[in-house]
Formats: sequence, structure tokens, C-alpha cells
Amino acid sequence: MYVATKGGERAIEAAHQWLAEARRGDPAVPELSIAQIREQMTLAVNRVMAEGSLYDPDLAALAIKQARGDLIEAIFLIRAYRTTLPRFGGALPVETDEMAVTRRISATFKDVPGGQVLGPTFDYTHRLLDFALMADGDAPQAARKPAETQPVPHILQLLDRDGLMEPLTQGEATPPDLTREPLEMPADRPLRLQALARGDEGFVLSMAYSTQRGYGRTHAFVGELRIGTCAVEMEIPELGFAVEIGEIELTECETVNQFTGSKTEPAQFTRGYGLVMGQSERKAISMSLVDRALRWDELGEENTGAPAQDAEFVLYHCDNIQATGFLEHIKLPHYVDFQSELELIRKLRRDAGAETCKEAAE
Amino acid sequence: MSEAAYNFAYLDEATKRMIRRALLKGLAIPGYQVPFASREMPMPYGWGTGGVQVTAACLTPEDCLKVIDQGADDTTNAVSIRKFFERTAGVATTEHTAEASVIQTRHRIPEQALTEGQILVYQVPIPEPLRFLEPRESETRRMHALEEYGLMHVKLYEDIARHGAIATSYAYPVKVEGRYVMDPSPIPKFDNPKLGGNAAIQLFGAGREQRIYALPPYTQVVSLDFEDHPFEPSKADHDCDLCGAAQSYLDEVITDDRGGRMFICSDTDFCASRRADGLRGRLSPEEAA
Repeated sequence: MYVATKGGERAIEAAHQWLAEARRGDPAVPELSIAQIREQMTLAVNRVMAEGSLYDPDLAALAIKQARGDLIEAIFLIRAYRTTLPRFGGALPVETDEMAVTRRISATFKDVPGGQVLGPTFDYTHRLLDFALMADGDAPQAARKPAETQPVPHILQLLDRDGLMEPLTQGEATPPDLTREPLEMPADRPLRLQALARGDEGFVLSMAYSTQRGYGRTHAFVGELRIGTCAVEMEIPELGFAVEIGEIELTECETVNQFTGSKTEPAQFTRGYGLVMGQSERKAISMSLVDRALRWDELGEENTGAPAQDAEFVLYHCDNIQATGFLEHIKLPHYVDFQSELELIRKLRRDAGAETCKEAAE
Repeated sequence: MSEAAYNFAYLDEATKRMIRRALLKGLAIPGYQVPFASREMPMPYGWGTGGVQVTAACLTPEDCLKVIDQGADDTTNAVSIRKFFERTAGVATTEHTAEASVIQTRHRIPEQALTEGQILVYQVPIPEPLRFLEPRESETRRMHALEEYGLMHVKLYEDIARHGAIATSYAYPVKVEGRYVMDPSPIPKFDNPKLGGNAAIQLFGAGREQRIYALPPYTQVVSLDFEDHPFEPSKADHDCDLCGAAQSYLDEVITDDRGGRMFICSDTDFCASRRADGLRGRLSPEEAA
């Protein structure tokens, strides 16, 4: 005899206990500490901070631990926590000109004021598994050199002086806040950049890649890529001046794109911009390419119908928390909808069957 | 989660106020989709975050909440959402439709008629009825503004030309007060007639898509159709095998691997109440002595 399924609550509880056990793995193996994740899984921590839109390495490390290393799940945890935080106010724009750079490269000029700094990069490593890492080793030590004292100006500013670069215009309005206003089209550039900055690394990468392969081609040179720490300053109303409230690590990428001019603009170089929290240069470069592709309209370029030129397509689909939630919701019960589809298919088949019989009889 | 760390019903008051404003606007313009700054909730998008935010904005400590998914109180996600509000709002909960002041639902309208003072909150995945005809939000908003619904009628007509019937069985589009075409959320079209003239307030929340819309009590809601192909609500051609109800929406349950199946009410409270009243269906368990 059929008895309707009951006990969803008990099943959920048991599933969560099982999850906790699975998260811990073999108890004979020492447990990961948050500090270990923060220090040794830095780039994962950075990605969670960037796409979670919350700069807190300890919380990001905690989220990664809790999510069993599933970074999208970790980003989700951070986002859900972030929404509950009170807003004290907005910081002043960070001055990336004054960044204490750990890495800074230009693909457009061989030598630049402030120098090229490779920094801690995977570039030029041979991707051979280092089996020595399977054993405990001593902490490696890199060669040291005093930090640069001379200023590290943005390279595109140097081109700017010659008038070859599209001039930067200072927006007047306070940029909209994607997390406090619904995303509506058309989205202006600050809003697009916000969405891209917290967008899924894989999605933004693929969009950028598609422009390189010809879908909305805007050949980009990395004018400058810099990674380092910047001071965050905030105006305190009671004090009447800005004070430094902390430092954050940022990755900034500015691309230079050829532009032959349009009806409204002379031939010049144009810009694509990427700025991401933490060390995340794949994301920053991707972001700057997609940013540039999305600017076709304001530059009077042709819309070739490429996905990366379509702001609505890019912005509505780049958020991995929205995407994964909606994608995974199809595993929830859909008995009712499915039942109505069953009825419909049966009815259509019945009607079609009756029709065929009638034709045969005639 | 330490419940004390969160505000009543989880959302902060400023957020609730923003949502209530959207709700009021929605009630003032029935069927119109109001953009709202949907928050990231501690459950995934697509799992009822819109409904949860609307419920959170409506709840008062005196409310009694019922949560259903597929008509049932005991489906896992309904259990999870009910538990969320038990923890964060501490409100009373119920499985009885008549006892609830707020009912959050996914994919069904309760069988029992709702009454004045009740609020029915729908979870909505895709609020835009024109979305699968036109993927661009900028376009569909324009179409609504201009009341340009020809595309929808063409779609329904093409269905009839191709299949002899309108091939939409759930999320069947409706027109509200002769103005806005609205997606009723993926309820089976069987439930569509309950949308119109309903005594309860009906609120629709789409979290991921950042839209809220509403039907005030006794709003005129008409399912789209043609004179010669009138709208037909449909259900499985059976009675409930547990309670014998002939007019309730049914789930089909596969009972063995030889084609055996039974049909039971999708609304678990409706079915259980009927059985408590002594009503029986074809396969009801024998009375325990």
C-alpha cells in the first residue's frame, strides 16, 4: 500500500550531518586550518573575495573550507554573509597610481618608468608537476631587493600625453551600486564594470577569448598589468577629512586597443579596463577585453552581433551565483509541471491518433 | 547560524521597506513587473529567494505561515523554507490552508478557496511571460509598455495550427484587468481560474530576475485564448486514489515497474483533511481498528 513520503525534515538533517562528515574527510589526516588555506591557497581565496565582493581573506578561507573547496559555493557563502552587513559609507576611489606593486608588466613598451616587475607569477614556469611538494619541505626563500622608491605611473598616461589615447572622462554622478539597485538596461560603463568585477572568472574569460577569436574583435595589447596593495581611505564626517582604514590587494589591467576612428571619433587608441580584488590577472585581463568589446556603441563601432558586444547577454549571465542557483534548481521537485506536460502530451497523441484513424477510415 | 544576530525574518528593515514599496507599486498596477533590488539570500537563486524576500517583508510576529512546494507541505524545499522562517522570525507555522495568514507557494494554488486577509506568495523563476518569445529584457519591457502582445497571440495560434491545441500546460499566460500580460509562475493551467477574483492578496517574487508583481483581491485575470479555442484547465482524468476527490489537481505516482500507477492529490493538506473527514478513494488504506 502506498504511503506518501514524509520525513523531509529528518532526511535534510541527516544529509547535512553526512555533508559535515564528508567535509572533514579521513579524521586520521590533520584538519586544515583557516590560516593554512589563507596562506597556501591564496589565489582561491582571492577569487572568492573578488566574486564574493567582500575583501576578507579569513572569511574567504573559512568559506572555502566550509564549501569543501567548491569555489562557487564558497563565493555564495560570502555573498549571503555580505548582504547582511551594515553599510557605514563609501570609500574614496582607490588610487592605483600609488599602488605598492608586487608585479607590473607592460606588453606595449620594452622599458617604462618604474620598470617591469615580474613578481610572483606562473608565467615562464614549466608546467611540470613538482613532486617535491608531496613531501614536507623547507619554506623556499626568494632573492631580495629593496623596493622601488620612484613613482610607478600608469603607462597609458604616457600615451595620453601625445593625444594618441582616448581621453578619460571623469564621471560626475556617484556610480550606481549593483548590490543595492536592480540591474537594468541599458547599463552604463560603471555598472558594467561592477558586474564584470564580480562576474564568474570562467565566463568572463570565455567571453574575452571569443573576442580574440573574432567574435567582436578588438585586438587588445596589455598596456599595463599591475598587482599590488592600495590604501583604502574614507571620509569620516566627524573629522572632516579622509583617513586610511586599511589596505587591499588589487589587480588592474589596462588594455590598448587599435581604433581606426568612426564618424564621431578620430583614429586613436582606446581603452579596456579591468580591476579585480586580490591577485587575479586572468580575470583582470579578461574583464578589460570584455569591457572594451561592450563599448562598441559609445565609440560608434559596428555591432557585429557578437556575444561579447551584447551587454544584456553578458551582464545577465556573468554572475555565477545567479547562474548556478537557477541551473541547479531544476533538481527540485517539478512533479506538478511535469504532470501537466504528461497530460498535454497524452492529449496531443490521443487527438493525433483519432485523426489518423479517421483518415484511414476515409 | 545564531538567530539573534539577524533581524526579524532575516532581512534588515531598510531592505524590507524597499520590498514593501515594490509590493505596493505592484498592487497599484496589477500585473506590472516592478524591478526591485533583490538581495542575496542564504539559499540559492532559483530556490525561492524572491518568494522568501516577499514573505519576509510581509511577515509580522502574529502571522501564521504555511509553505508548500508542488502543493505539498513536506517537500524538501518547502520544509527548508518553513524552517528558515521558524528560525529567523519565530512565527507560528501550519499545514492547514485555512489557518495560515501567509502562504508561500511554489507551482500550486491551494485547492481550498482563500479568504480575505490571507496573502499568497508565489515563487517565480522567470517573471517575463514574453521571455521565450523575446529574450531581451529591454525589448520585452517596451512591448509591455506599448501593450504589444501580438507575438504572444501568434505563438498560441501557431500552437493550434501545429498541434490542434495550445501546447502550454503550465505557466500559462494571463491578462490582468485587460492590461498586462502576466506569467502566473509555473502553476499548472488547472490553477489559472483561481487567480482571478481571488479574495486573497497574491504576491509574486522573482529574486534572481529582480522583479515583483501582484494581484490585489478580486482582480480580473483572464487566461489567454481564442473564441474558437477557449482556455481549458486540465488535470489527470481520475479521482484521487486516497481521498476520492474528483476536482483536485493530481500527482501521478508510479507504484511498480509493470505500469502500475495511482493518482493522488498534489495538495497534501486538502487530501489529508478530506481523509480526516472520512472520505475515501480507490486505494485508501483500510481503517485501522
